[in-house]
Amino acid sequence: MTSAQRATATGGYHHRHLLGIEGLTAPEILFLLDLSDSYVDVNRATDKKRDLLFGRTVINLFFENSTRTRTSFELAAKRLGADVINMSIAWSSIKKGETLIDTAMTLNAMHPDVLVVRHPDSGAVQLLSEKVNCAVINGGDGSHEHPTQALLDAMTIRRRLGRLEGLQVAICGDITHSRVARSNIHLLTTLGARVRLIAPPTLMPSKVERMGVETFHDMRKGLEGCDIVMMLRLQTERMQGSYVPSTREYYRFFGLDQDKLQAAKPNALIMHPGPMNRGVEIDSDLADDINRSVIREQVEMGVAVRMACLDTLNRNLMAERLAEGQAAQ
Amino acid sequence: MNALPPKHRTAYINARLLDPASGLDAPGALLAEDGRISDVGPRLFAEGVPEGIRTIDCAGACLAPGFVDMRVHIGEPGEEQKETMDSAGRAAAAGGVTSMVALPNTDPVIDDVAGVEYIARRAREEKRVKVYTYAAVTRGIEGRELTEFGLLGEYGAVAFTDGRTAIASARVMSRALSYAKTFGHLIVQHPEEPTLAGGAMNGGELATRLGLPGIPAVAEVMMVERDLRLVELTGGRYHVAHVSTAAAVEAIKRAKARGLDVTCDTAPHYLTLNEIAVGDYRTFAKVSPPLRSEDDRRAIVEGLKDGTIDAIASDHSPHDQESKRLPFAIAEPGIVGLETLLPLALQLHHSDSMPLLDLLACLTVKPAKILGLEGGRLAKGAAADLVIFDLNRAWRIDPDRFESKSKNSPFEGLPVQGRVRRTVVDGRTLFEAA
Repeated sequence: MTSAQRATATGGYHHRHLLGIEGLTAPEILFLLDLSDSYVDVNRATDKKRDLLFGRTVINLFFENSTRTRTSFELAAKRLGADVINMSIAWSSIKKGETLIDTAMTLNAMHPDVLVVRHPDSGAVQLLSEKVNCAVINGGDGSHEHPTQALLDAMTIRRRLGRLEGLQVAICGDITHSRVARSNIHLLTTLGARVRLIAPPTLMPSKVERMGVETFHDMRKGLEGCDIVMMLRLQTERMQGSYVPSTREYYRFFGLDQDKLQAAKPNALIMHPGPMNRGVEIDSDLADDINRSVIREQVEMGVAVRMACLDTLNRNLMAERLAEGQAAQ
Repeated sequence: MNALPPKHRTAYINARLLDPASGLDAPGALLAEDGRISDVGPRLFAEGVPEGIRTIDCAGACLAPGFVDMRVHIGEPGEEQKETMDSAGRAAAAGGVTSMVALPNTDPVIDDVAGVEYIARRAREEKRVKVYTYAAVTRGIEGRELTEFGLLGEYGAVAFTDGRTAIASARVMSRALSYAKTFGHLIVQHPEEPTLAGGAMNGGELATRLGLPGIPAVAEVMMVERDLRLVELTGGRYHVAHVSTAAAVEAIKRAKARGLDVTCDTAPHYLTLNEIAVGDYRTFAKVSPPLRSEDDRRAIVEGLKDGTIDAIASDHSPHDQESKRLPFAIAEPGIVGLETLLPLALQLHHSDSMPLLDLLACLTVKPAKILGLEGGRLAKGAAADLVIFDLNRAWRIDPDRFESKSKNSPFEGLPVQGRVRRTVVDGRTLFEAA
């Protein structure tokens, strides 16, 4: 049976994996967002435990350092009752020895139900997903996609402003190397928001306009009339001369401060996927401004979104196994 | 004294004779005697074949000079798990290639006389198609010190190249071109400005979507244009390997019009594929230089048709699963190409109406001439290096049936037209289709 023919659980998301936002339809995204909403209250209750994933094994397989995302996935899986294993594997492109495929095969033999994978190479999570029988969630692959981040960003916006359609969203910073930017571009344009990218040309990927966005090199012009200002992290290794001359020059022209924020709409929301470089891409006071910054809310929504994704993929997997069992009889 | 031993004589009859060097395209026959062509032409054996001559009936199939493939990574020495002299030789024969030229970026690098002799000895031992070799331009392919062009040439190196590495330093390139003049040797360049070529695929929309670092198309023409200035300065002989962009074709066309001694080749994948083949991180479509845009692909086709591009080489690069089943950015570049050279090249004839003789010239006499090899023509006295092929026979490419040890072809399952039936080297049949 091909995956397209497999029976699926109730719901609007029928894929076995969540590898990226590109290619998903608006109803599929909205289904995940609606389900995520229902988990927000669970997370705010005193008793947060559910048993939807009881007896399932979730492995967080991280080939790249991460505290926030890994913790968020771990909490989400535990609150749904799953057994969770965290694996951190140091990965360097030069390192030979056990390959990604070998790692996948080894883990697959232990019968996990969901693998959450983060990897520094674009496309690595998809490659791994082709070799395993379980569901795979992309926890960020290279500069390619970070789908749960885009979902939690969309949720945060929708809960604050009530909609995504017609909103003007600016994404600012290192677009070239950002998987967060790519996933957000796909999601926001699919749901009818208008996206602007703001970056110096060295951090703006070639032909990115073809993804249905506008590009700006002048931050004030780019921010004009925006409802949302989404800042990206500038990696330390890109700060000193290779892409931008210095952090102070970057902050002067592309860091978000009160002055530049004036160009956006008066109540524009400030977002950041974290961890922040205060004083590099964002002014410290702005990051903490409870009226404008929704950065902490993003973190909260992250757990709910990941619960919704784990729940959905688990249901699809169970339906698939049930169908296989029936077919075998 | 004893009488001379009887001659081995083979007649190839009922053939469509195709010889790009003389412009011959006519039904006829060919007689090979002791490994050499002793007669060829439309009227040969019109009265029947005399007794005592072995006869091979071509049944109307094309009979052309065997292909001269000027870019092959053989795998020996150093990567025998991917390809050996034996498996490369069988793959070449299956592809209609009777002469192949080995690239020197092996382990160890072919940069001294011992390396050149090693290739020659291994080729003698395996007794398959003819094997020639390049030697490196710089010791260890490190881009600094020149190798012994004179001595290496005496021992059989046909030309000089650093393989898949560009000669980055303008000073080293300038000296290589001018020193090679002493012996009339050719310098073959991998055309990429290395500081711009650190990416994984062609720079553009798809690279941006996939989050892969891109290699801008200008990286190629920048290196070509720099080198052309050096050719003008030094008067050296210069060849650009696997041209992949419209801009480089244009630059070479202008240089040729100015009378510079410049040639170039391309590979079948640059004629038949564009960057879209990378799709969802397909590492079998990762090559160096990368597959380019559709506009570039069209320009390569036009460059071959108008003669700007002189030759088609397979750029055969065998890789095992361990080198390709990796995240795209760290997978090895290269496509296994000996056995798909003819059908892919023939797409230019079938789909782009390139005259058959012009196309075959790019696979035979033109590369032979660039490298000073004797093969590539159907002439009396020439070696009987022949390929017999069906021009129109349709089939599907199936890497599992390759003679090559490696199966890294992005053309798996592709329906193609044109198939090799028999390959003959020095009168010996080395391949016969089942």
